[in-house]
This record gives sequence, structure tokens and C-alpha cells, in this order.
Amino acid sequence: MGFTQAFKLALKSILSSKMRSLLTMLGIIIGVGSVIILISLMNGVTNEVVSAFESMGTNVLNVSIVGRNSSRKINVNDMYELYTNNMDVFMAMSPTLNVSGTIKYGTTTYTSTSLNGVSEDYAKMNQLEMQKGRFLAYSDLNDYHKVAVVGTYFDQEVFNNNSIGKYIKINGYQYEIVGVIEEQDDSAEGSTDDCIYIPYTTAAKVSYSKVSSFTFATINPEYNEYGTYLIENSLYEVLQNENYYSVSDRATLIETATEMTSMLTMVLVGIASISLLVGGIGIMNIMLVSVTERIREIGIRKSLGAKRRDIMSQFLIEAGTTSALGGIIGIVFGIFVSEILGNIVGINASPTFPSIMISFSISVFIGILFGFLPANKAAKLNPIDALRYD
Amino acid sequence: MIPLIELKDVYKIYQMGDNTVYATKGVSLKIFKGEFVAIVGQSGSGKSTLMNIIGCLDVPTKGKYFLNGSDVSALKDDKQADIRNKKLGFIFQQYNLISKLNVLENVELSLLYGGYSSIDRVNLAKAAIARVGLSDKMKNLPSQLSGGQQQRVSIARALANNPSIILADEPTGALDSQTGIRVLNFLQKLNNEGNTIVLITHDNNIAMKAKRIIKIKDGEIIYDGVPENAFEE
Ligand SMILES: Nc1ncnc2c1ncn2[C@@H]1O[C@H](COP(=O)(O)OP(=O)(O)OP(=O)(O)O)[C@@H](O)[C@H]1O
Ligand SMILES: [Mg+2]
Repeated sequence: MGFTQAFKLALKSILSSKMRSLLTMLGIIIGVGSVIILISLMNGVTNEVVSAFESMGTNVLNVSIVGRNSSRKINVNDMYELYTNNMDVFMAMSPTLNVSGTIKYGTTTYTSTSLNGVSEDYAKMNQLEMQKGRFLAYSDLNDYHKVAVVGTYFDQEVFNNNSIGKYIKINGYQYEIVGVIEEQDDSAEGSTDDCIYIPYTTAAKVSYSKVSSFTFATINPEYNEYGTYLIENSLYEVLQNENYYSVSDRATLIETATEMTSMLTMVLVGIASISLLVGGIGIMNIMLVSVTERIREIGIRKSLGAKRRDIMSQFLIEAGTTSALGGIIGIVFGIFVSEILGNIVGINASPTFPSIMISFSISVFIGILFGFLPANKAAKLNPIDALRYD
Repeated sequence: MIPLIELKDVYKIYQMGDNTVYATKGVSLKIFKGEFVAIVGQSGSGKSTLMNIIGCLDVPTKGKYFLNGSDVSALKDDKQADIRNKKLGFIFQQYNLISKLNVLENVELSLLYGGYSSIDRVNLAKAAIARVGLSDKMKNLPSQLSGGQQQRVSIARALANNPSIILADEPTGALDSQTGIRVLNFLQKLNNEGNTIVLITHDNNIAMKAKRIIKIKDGEIIYDGVPENAFEE
């Protein structure tokens, strides 16, 4: 008997009792559906994380000096020298200084703002575009100007879209606002747009703190490793201790994040697969019932010359078709639910094509695996006993 | 001439706890091509057992069975299935049609397992259905047919593969006498066309229509010959 014939027979048998078939498939539908949903959501989250990192530039190396040795100090000029000596590796460099201080405009104090001292290269390295005005300039740094570049939160919420030329008070000094960075988030308080950049030279001077971190941009992410090596080398020369500094590279960070989310996906999918197993057992159960119900039919088929493998394939194909149908329903259901959930959470959650193919194949495989026992039972029936069965 | 069917000292023994049941007890017989044999006997005498062995649905416990000269006494499942498919056509008392399949699909079954192409299947099945006069009922399910019509479908199914032997176990048992006679006349017609027929019945009147009668009692043959002398005591 051919495959198409057996397949038609299986479809006929499934359609002849729709309710029962649907209940049989339920386990597979839920199993495949939840696998698809989990993969879609985790996929969406991973893409979100990766693109968040990527928008910050994958060619950026963050250097922070954590330890301080009284006799050995990292000096900004040394780092500038490292940069200028390796212009074939590095594209830009900025010392960065996280300033803690009170920010005031009028009588209001702003506490959630991230305030950073940076160089004129910082905007270029981090792909910050200007909405209005200009970014910090070399002369601002050189001459310790008290100028500030703000995020859209200040421009929109504090200055009514009219911040250029206004003054904001940082640690008691008035800073002139010279530029507004384009919106990156939603301009809300505490968001990425709630930020102020001032020249690191001015910042270091007024807050009496030392520059302890640097941002380097390589000309290409492929140079990240070599750049890291160069920086670490020169830091080690000065500090003589690996624990006093760290260099982190965003490409590596992305890799780690992707690895972590995919590991989490595997665990979650593993848990969801338990329902696939339960679905398989459901199919086995119904197939066993169906074999018992059809013993006479099997006897008739055998008396007409059906061989063991004919009966076997009839039931296997029926089990496989049932679970494949369940799998298709589960996939459609899963895609549908992930779209909805993705919309609610605000990520683009759609399953990858391989994940659809894999869940479909797994559901067919499970049907055949769990259909094996009932099919074998049917195939081994003795024709006379089967014909006599009532 | 080699007999189509030859049984040599065939025993079928069932062990029921301490009880040993001899369903057939040393049966030997030869049936040649073109014969119409009726096997008669009381209930429990071993008729069906004998037919199951002849029909390759069962194997003898002891003794030999030659079908067309080759020993088929101890064949494996699938070999038996092959012989049933190619050489034998069954007609059962309870028709044994598959209720989910329509007339055409039921008749196609043995052709399906015989590996015919779908075009051949449909053509052969339609021809067989035409022979039993049910061409207008092709799409009916068995439940939409009378008992006599269902039995005719099962005859069409037995014929479709053009088997060497047609085995009928009480084919008229579930039919009224009128319809029974019609079915029997049809079997006679088939025999006249050259088919070999083995018919099982416990109705002597029906047995009289055959050319040869084999009487069985307690698993043994007690008469084998022409119908005329079969029932005189
Ligand atoms: N599977 C079995 N297990 C045990 N005994 C059996 C089995 N099959 C048949 N028998 C016994 O073998 C004997 C012959 O049975 P068989 O079915 O051949 O009788 P029969 O002549 O066809 O009777 P009927 O006219 O009622 O159909 C009976 O005594 C029956 O009880
Ligand atoms: Mg019987």
C-alpha cells in the first residue's frame, strides 16, 4: 500500500471523529504552541538586547581604572598618547568622568539625571546625533568652558523646547546649554534622555576628581581584541597589577548576552517540551483505544492480504498525521499568541523559520514514536482472533 | 494433475487447560481446480477450523497442507498474507465489510494490498461490482445496503483479485432463504465459469447445490462424495 493511500486513510479516520482527534492533539497543540511562544519571545528579547548594544556601537571599548596606587597613576595625556600612537587601530578616544553633583534649574533639583564629563569625540563614538546646537568642542575642553549638552528630557520637559542659551546650575556653577542630543528613548525623567554632558576637564576641575575611565572606539569591531591588548599592555606598564583596571568590549558583551538568552531559551523550551511528551502519551493512549476498537477491521484487512507492515504503517501514519495536524495548529496558535504578547510587551516576537520546522518535525516524530506501540500491537494481531473479535 | 488443495493428515489441536480439543482430527483431502465442494457438519464439528487452514488464516498443529503443489503448512504471517491476497477470496457469514468505507473502497481493499495501481484498482473493483449487479450502489456505505446486497459486495471483493479459490463460510447464514438461494445461484454461476469454490454450510439443502459434499463430524471426515448419497442414512 502506498504512502498517499495510507495518508488519505489516516486523514479520513481523523476526520471521522473530529472531537476526539482534537482532544488527542491537545497535548501536542499546547506543547508546540508553548515552544513557539517561548522561542518567539526570547528571540524578540535577544534582538532587543543586541540592537540596544549595537546602537551604542560595537567598536567601543570601555576602560575603567578601579585601583589606585599612590605612586603609579594613569594620566589622561598617557591615554591620549596611546590613542595618537595607534591611529590605525583607534578611531577616537574620550576620557569619561561620572560626576555626582546637584543639578538645579530655578528652584527645582534634578536627581535622576546622569551627568558625565566627556571629550568632544564622545558623541561620534557613541553615535549621538544633535537635535539642536552643537556638541562639546575642543576649545571647551581646552579652556575649561562651563558649557553643557543636554538630553531631550531637559529640552522638552524643563525648558519648553527652548534650552539653547539657557543656564543650568551644576554643583553651584552656571553652565550654558549649547546643544540638545536627539531623542533616544521617550524623553521621560530617568530615561536615557535624562542626561547632561559637560567637558571632562571642567568636570575634573570643579569636582576635584580624577578621570578614572576612558572610552576608546576602534576603527572596526575586528580590531577590538587588538585594541584591548594595546590598552591593557600600557595600563599594566604603569599600574603593574591586573586587578587595577578592566577593559570591556561591547561586541563581547553582546556575545555574552546572546549566549545567556539562548541558554535561558533552551531551559524554557526544555520545560515546555515536557508537555510535548504528555501530548505523545495522549496520542499513544487514544491510538491504543482505536486499535482495540478496530480489531475486527484489522482482521478483515489481514484476511484480504494486509501484511504486518501495511497495518503498522496505517497506524503509524495515522498517529503521525494526528500529531502533525496538532503541530500545525500549535504553530499557528503559537505565532498568533506571540504576536499578541509581543505587542503587549513592545517587542517584535516572531518565531524563526527553523524553529517552526523543528517543532513541526518534533511533533511528527513524537506521534510516530508514541504510535509505535499501538501500531505494533495491531500489526501482530492474529487474523482469526481479530476476525472473531466482537 | 496436481490438486489445487491437498490436506495430508491435518490436525488442529487446542489445549484448554487440562482439556485437549481436537478441532480437526487427521483430515486428508484433495480438491481440484473447477470443483464446487460443500463442507457440512454440525455446529462445533470443525468446519470453520478447516476453512481457516485452507484459507491460510491458520496453520495446522500437525500434518501438511499443499496449495497448488507447494507446502504452505508452516508459513510466516506475511507469506500467508501474500497467499490470501493472491490466491484466495473469502466470503464470510457476517459479510465483514469495513463500515467506514463505501462499496467501491471495500472492494478495492484486496487490490490495494496486492499492489495494483490506483487506476487498475478502480477498474478491477468496478468490474467486480458490476458482476454482482451493484454498479448503482458504488458510493453507498455498507450500512446503506440490505443484507443480501452487503453479501454481494463481499462476493465482489472476493472476486476482484481473480483468486484461484473462493472460500465461503456460511455465506447464506444471515440471509433469508430467498436471498440465500440467489447468492447460491451466483456461486454456481461462478463455478460454471471455472472458479473453484469451497462452501461451508450446515444446511443440507444448500449443500445439495454443490458438486461434491464433504461431511465432518468431531473433526473427522465421515463422507466425501457426490451429493446424491450424502444424506441417506
Ligand atoms: N481458538 C479456539 N480455542 C479453543 N477451541 C477452539 C478454538 N476455535 C475452535 N475451537 C473448538 O474447535 C471446535 C471446532 O470449531 P469450529 O469453529 O471449527 O466449528 P464449526 O464446525 O465451524 O461450528 P459452527 O457450525 O458452529 O460454526 C469446537 O469444539 C470449538 O470449540
Ligand atoms: Mg463455523
